[in-house]
Amino acid sequence: MLSLILISIAALFFTGIIIRTKSIASGRKGPGILQPVFDVLKLFRKGSVYSETSGFVFRIAPIIYFSSVVLAMLTVPFGASKGFISFNGDFIFFAYVLALGKFFSIIGALDTGSSFEGMGASREALYSMFAEPAFFILMGSLALITGHTSFQEIFSTLHLGSSITYAIAILASFVLLLIAMIENSRMPIDDPKTHLELTMIHEVMILDNSGFDLGLILSTGYIKFAMYGALIFNLFVGLIPYGYAILIFFALQAFLAILIGIIESFIARSRMNHNAQFIVVLSSVSLLIFFGVLLVLGKFI
Amino acid sequence: MNYINIKNNQTIALSAIPESNYESFFDQNLDLMRGHTERHCVNYFGYKVGNNVKLICCIADDLTHEIFISTCLVNKAHSLESMSREMLCFEKFEREIHENFGIPYVDHPWLKPVRYPENRDDLSQTIENYPFYSIESEELHEVGVGPIHAGIIEPGHFRFICNGEQILHLEIQLGYQHRGIEQLFIDKKQLLQRATLAENIAGDTVVGHSTAFAQVWESLCHFEPTQAMQFSRTLALELERIAIHTGDLSAACTDVAYQLGSAVFGRLRTPIVNFMQEWGGNRLSKGLIRPGYSPFPFTPSLAKRLIEILDIFEPEFDEMANKTFSLSSVLSRFERTGVVSNTDALNIGTVGMAARMTNLNRDIRASHPTDYYLQLHHQPILKRHGDVYSRIQIRRLEVKQSIQYIRTLLAGMPNLDVQPKEFKIPQSNAFSISLVEGWRGEICHCAITDPTGDLLHYKIKDPSFHNWLALALSVRNNEISDFPICNKSFNLSYAGHDL
Repeated sequence: MLSLILISIAALFFTGIIIRTKSIASGRKGPGILQPVFDVLKLFRKGSVYSETSGFVFRIAPIIYFSSVVLAMLTVPFGASKGFISFNGDFIFFAYVLALGKFFSIIGALDTGSSFEGMGASREALYSMFAEPAFFILMGSLALITGHTSFQEIFSTLHLGSSITYAIAILASFVLLLIAMIENSRMPIDDPKTHLELTMIHEVMILDNSGFDLGLILSTGYIKFAMYGALIFNLFVGLIPYGYAILIFFALQAFLAILIGIIESFIARSRMNHNAQFIVVLSSVSLLIFFGVLLVLGKFI
Repeated sequence: MNYINIKNNQTIALSAIPESNYESFFDQNLDLMRGHTERHCVNYFGYKVGNNVKLICCIADDLTHEIFISTCLVNKAHSLESMSREMLCFEKFEREIHENFGIPYVDHPWLKPVRYPENRDDLSQTIENYPFYSIESEELHEVGVGPIHAGIIEPGHFRFICNGEQILHLEIQLGYQHRGIEQLFIDKKQLLQRATLAENIAGDTVVGHSTAFAQVWESLCHFEPTQAMQFSRTLALELERIAIHTGDLSAACTDVAYQLGSAVFGRLRTPIVNFMQEWGGNRLSKGLIRPGYSPFPFTPSLAKRLIEILDIFEPEFDEMANKTFSLSSVLSRFERTGVVSNTDALNIGTVGMAARMTNLNRDIRASHPTDYYLQLHHQPILKRHGDVYSRIQIRRLEVKQSIQYIRTLLAGMPNLDVQPKEFKIPQSNAFSISLVEGWRGEICHCAITDPTGDLLHYKIKDPSFHNWLALALSVRNNEISDFPICNKSFNLSYAGHDL
């Protein structure tokens, strides 16, 4: 329950902080931190426009996409406090409920019949597919080291004792952060600011969405970021008292947002055909974690 | 020898151009071009003489600084052999002649419409039923972009045939911006109207086109521009180059999502265009250059101001350029993207930066210099690879070069004109040609006068005319997501092409 509230609050600020950081880094003042929220509220008051070529899939896709992320968010714990839903193997549920949402957002884009959106959908499908092994090898390794299979039990028994576990946690945060950036179509995979349809991935898939539907899709993005931030936080929190933990949670979310803003300000985006390689690298980092875990457990022959 | 050699900005009597039949016209122009990489066709057009069409071909020689003019009279009823068969660089000119006058070419590779002028020969050809190239295949897919684009750019339709992410073929359909500018030059009788038209041929090359018009007109009137007028034209051309190149660098950074470069180069363009505002009251230099007089003389106080601006601009530009060109993520997007080979560039007759990127030396400032370029002894900046990086690097180096030229120019400023010189009416039955190196490349204006000394025909060729084909070739076998950066690195004009 606690995690649900905290993630929702962090989601309000996360994207705003990224945008503000990027503005400051390029010498501009930038909009207020809450501007993305105002944008979504404005969109929620508007009706949606549907093209004649799109069918019912296009209409239900944003809602399923949004609810899948909310459902996934319910499984995320906050330190020792359980998530709204918690059971053995809930991290698999987490991954596949997100995949379900993505699946609908992809077929929703295909439903419009636009050649742009088809291109975006195929790119998004490819990159999600490549990112999946990284997440599962990572969570599998954590399950192996702790001997549990639910988020809450994994995180509450994950003790950062020796230097190798710190290394594992740092690598794990790297993987989770990059998965968050891929899932949210940020740099260097995708450029959320671009106006060029041919280079877009996520943005081009939602070109036809408007009003309420667009508001849902945007807010889903905000929540996703905060949710992955919460997962990273859980890696480090252990059993710190709630008062401090909440402070650390927000500090970490703000830090991640600023970090993403800085990364996006000072590099150019990758060439599209380098993206696949880049994402596959994440899986190899996850494998490194897996071998690290085997070392710790002494199971490495 | 059925041609006449003239210099840039020279007016000759129409009757002085030797006329021949199409067969010898055909052989002679191909002979002039064949094996001479230093020669290129700067303009080839027709105009109606009664029921016939008079073709005029202008081939420039970059080494001897001459332009070879030849002409021939043809009739619509007789089909002609196409020069494009032999030399691809005539391809677009012949398409234009075919579109305007309906002259049938028997063996032209592809007689597609160019821009759908309102007085075209075949009114049944419309922009809606453009004959696109298509491939029937299960594996390939077509992607159409435009004519309305996501950015605030001009209209143009791009149709890609792709294999997955890879572009096999790009076809560019233009003509949406056609305003009938060439006809308007004849319809509008006042000089001021015509000067204003020249400024509006392409909104980003105001100085280039208005200088070309002013030179053609002054040449027709046998008017020698004063030192101060020549000075301000050269200066304005170089300032326009700096401003647009800097803006292009910003746009190239935007397209690869390099935010810092995009923001800083974008800001650096502002002091230059603001200086144009201080000088001539318009950031795009409209109204700055007029035939026969200089509405906004370049005063010593403006010179002082310009030096101040450049002293601040140059170190900031250097710093940002060094940063951008040493950033691996930016270079990985620019290098080996959108390559055009030297052979292709030569064959299709590219001009300006699109030629210089492949080591093809085409620069009017060096080959047919006018005004203060005669003193500057311009050395064109050449690159060899023909990729996005070459085109972007040329911009960076040309900005530096232009700053250097401006400093040299400002050190030897001429005195201001005391009183305007007398202006005569244009020579009757005359032909005049003017070549100007705008920031994008070679601009060619040709004028023909009637027996009363008024314009009979006016022909404009913007560098974009040939160079669009270079863009289409450059993206082949590239990823479709690299198209925007290829397009931006050429930064061609829609309005300048469509006229």
